[in-house]
Amino acid sequence: MQRRDFLIGGALAGCSLAASPLVTPIALASAPWDTRLVVIVLRGGLDGLDLVRPYGDAALAGLRPTLIDPATVGELDLDGFFAAHPAVAPLMPLWDAGDLGFYHAVSTPYRDKRSHFDGQDILEAGVAGIEGLASRDGWLNRLLQAVPGVSMETAFAIGREQMLILSGAAAASRWSPEARLALSPQTRRLLELVQHDDPPFRDASLAAIEIAEQIAQGEGEAGGQADMMTGEVFRGDHATVARFAAARLREETRIVSFSLGGFDSHADQQRGLPRALTALTETLLTLKAGLGDVWDRTAVLCVTEFGRTAQENGTRGTDHGTGGVMIHAGGAVRGGRVMGDWPGLRQSDLYDGRDLMPLRDLRAPAGWMMRGLFGVSTGIIERAVFPGVDLGADPGLLR
Amino acid sequence: MPFDPILAEIRFGTGLSPLTGPPQSVAAMLRALRGTDHVARRVRLPLYSLVRPSLNDQRMASLARNAARGTDGLAAAQAALTALQREVREVQGRNLALTMARWAATGDGLRERLVGFWADHFTVIARNGGMAHMVTPFVEEVIRPRILGKFADLLWQVARHPLMQFYLDQRSSVGPQSQIGSRRDTGLNENYARELLELHTLGVDAPYDQTDVRQLAELLTGLTLRQDRSVFDPRLAEPGTETVLGETYGPDPSEAAIREVLGDLARHPATARHLARKLAVHFVSDRPPERLVADLADAYLGADGDLGALTGALLEHEDAWVPERAKVRLPFEFIAAGFRALGVGPDWFEALTLADTRRAIETPLRIMGQPFEHPPGPDGWAQEAASWIIPQGMAARINWAMTAPAKVVDALPDPRDFVVAALGPEAPEAVRFAAGAAESVGEGIGLVLASAAFQRR
Repeated sequence: MQRRDFLIGGALAGCSLAASPLVTPIALASAPWDTRLVVIVLRGGLDGLDLVRPYGDAALAGLRPTLIDPATVGELDLDGFFAAHPAVAPLMPLWDAGDLGFYHAVSTPYRDKRSHFDGQDILEAGVAGIEGLASRDGWLNRLLQAVPGVSMETAFAIGREQMLILSGAAAASRWSPEARLALSPQTRRLLELVQHDDPPFRDASLAAIEIAEQIAQGEGEAGGQADMMTGEVFRGDHATVARFAAARLREETRIVSFSLGGFDSHADQQRGLPRALTALTETLLTLKAGLGDVWDRTAVLCVTEFGRTAQENGTRGTDHGTGGVMIHAGGAVRGGRVMGDWPGLRQSDLYDGRDLMPLRDLRAPAGWMMRGLFGVSTGIIERAVFPGVDLGADPGLLR
Repeated sequence: MPFDPILAEIRFGTGLSPLTGPPQSVAAMLRALRGTDHVARRVRLPLYSLVRPSLNDQRMASLARNAARGTDGLAAAQAALTALQREVREVQGRNLALTMARWAATGDGLRERLVGFWADHFTVIARNGGMAHMVTPFVEEVIRPRILGKFADLLWQVARHPLMQFYLDQRSSVGPQSQIGSRRDTGLNENYARELLELHTLGVDAPYDQTDVRQLAELLTGLTLRQDRSVFDPRLAEPGTETVLGETYGPDPSEAAIREVLGDLARHPATARHLARKLAVHFVSDRPPERLVADLADAYLGADGDLGALTGALLEHEDAWVPERAKVRLPFEFIAAGFRALGVGPDWFEALTLADTRRAIETPLRIMGQPFEHPPGPDGWAQEAASWIIPQGMAARINWAMTAPAKVVDALPDPRDFVVAALGPEAPEAVRFAAGAAESVGEGIGLVLASAAFQRR
């Protein structure tokens, strides 16, 4: 089905279609840029100090007596000071190739209340605080509003939950991997018949069938590629989402966002967190496999609402904190480095005496990345995409 | 214009049912609405003031667990807390199943629609897991008995309610010059005052400004919670007079002054227009005729903000009965209408386990884009058709239509009969044909439910 089929001439009397993104005339154009962006929201508050462990900091062992084993912490050494969590070992080839990097001691501007609800809203809205949430749109959507040639295909929010990050005035699509649809040819024909006289229903139904078929196909193809490249096809929602994302990004889609959960590690962190980190690892590997040569033009950004307490708690876990780590990956990024200044882990170095001190607003490196990927001016980033952000110097996250 | 029972049940009710016939006149609809709430007697939902576990139950269990750390009692204390958390989920699951049961079984669908409309108007979202099972009981206790009463009374009962105070932060708003505010590092929170003007009363286009928001927020200080109950605490209240929309309140802070401003806001012409438009948009069209909106607003103002008069004016207005079905059923309405057309009775819903409810109702709603009691923000669910006729939502609806009915009823009806049961004797020819031409009974039923004709109201 051609995109122009979305252009709907007549509508039922009294039915407002003016606001429908499906009838936006620019739906015919494709985005003028060729780079791809994947933003993954890590929900629950990823413990940056456990994913990217500052084992060169003398205070770490005392803060994390059960979470980190000093004898083995250096096994996945990154740069002599930091080491990676063992669960992400399969990502080390990406690190070695410069396709994976970390930015440590960053956070959103959100402080002190440490609520998931507010923290995620502020992360996705890209604003400076609670009062900025009034407009209820997301920073990726405001980015879309700042670039030309955006169509329904340009950006996809994938997953079960609504993604505030892509909500707003600009056209964007949404899909849940749970939304399966398999119809026999006869049922499909009859469905087209019963929707025929109601154009909005007809077009949405056709698009639904088309996307579902593409997913079914894409899963076969992407699965085959993963097989060749890694010897493994990953299972689970996260892998389905990643395969779907890769399939869309190989076509007209340029921006995808979805979320991964399971990072809220209050208790028995070394039982729960590895599951979430494995899902993240498999997601990145599935994206790479599915994207093929498009991977070279892709940047993946993984962000979380806050880091966690530096000191582990009484249940072998960590509680809601402040500073954390941001992950960048993809063939378009300049990885192989842990970026960011290091605040230290002594009691006096910590934020509020308990959390890793954030030294940079994560919106600043993210903003520079948007500038590099999409050519958006720093003025637009500071005013519209991330209102009030102090961009500072370009950290050079892209190749 | 002759009364159209089929349109009445589809537009103003919860859909056609083989178990209960459609209403026969506007007078009969209003009579039912003012009469006994039969379905609430048949299908019981908990009241907020009685629902358990309470916040305090959970707090006590949490404290007991913390106190037991490092002792032999930890396992038992943790188990007790976990059991309460499981009970929260169980109650929430029953809330969903039984709310759906009412929609499916009622003989007075307009009542469910109005309860849903006003609950959405006063959206509250449980901000922590321990309150997840309290939203339905809030609706049952605060909204449901007041859908035909004075709007000012509803507004006040919502304003003081713990769920609203939690959701929009009123409980933590402190007058900067108040006894407590001048000593401690706390302050004014404008969140509730702003939404009260923008969403609950005047509407965003009304002539109010930031000063009104601020003054109203100051006037509302003192309204807070103690032990999870609504109180007026003068130690938090901003002293002096406040001026909202040109009216001056005070100088002594009091609950009476708050009720006064809420009453004035409820009777404001901008509120009348806002509520009238919203009601017309919900029931009739995304772009309702101006005449309809104006007449509804007049009826509301003429009856001193009476919601019964507003509802009656809607039903008696010829613009409300245009034959074109311009509105799209939201996912909850769609699934409810599906259950209803299939003749699923309350017993079926009452027998659902939590896992059953999730599979049969909660997950489909979420995939269709309307997770139960979790709208995106305090403005509730989008009403425009364009927000719902999107590919993902449509895939989920078609999938539900094709697969759910066989899991719900033991013997599926003949699709050719089902067309009439679901859409009435005037069902579109294409749907009749498709129902008869389907490869299987399940697909025939599915095509009827997936049809645009069934998804509009």
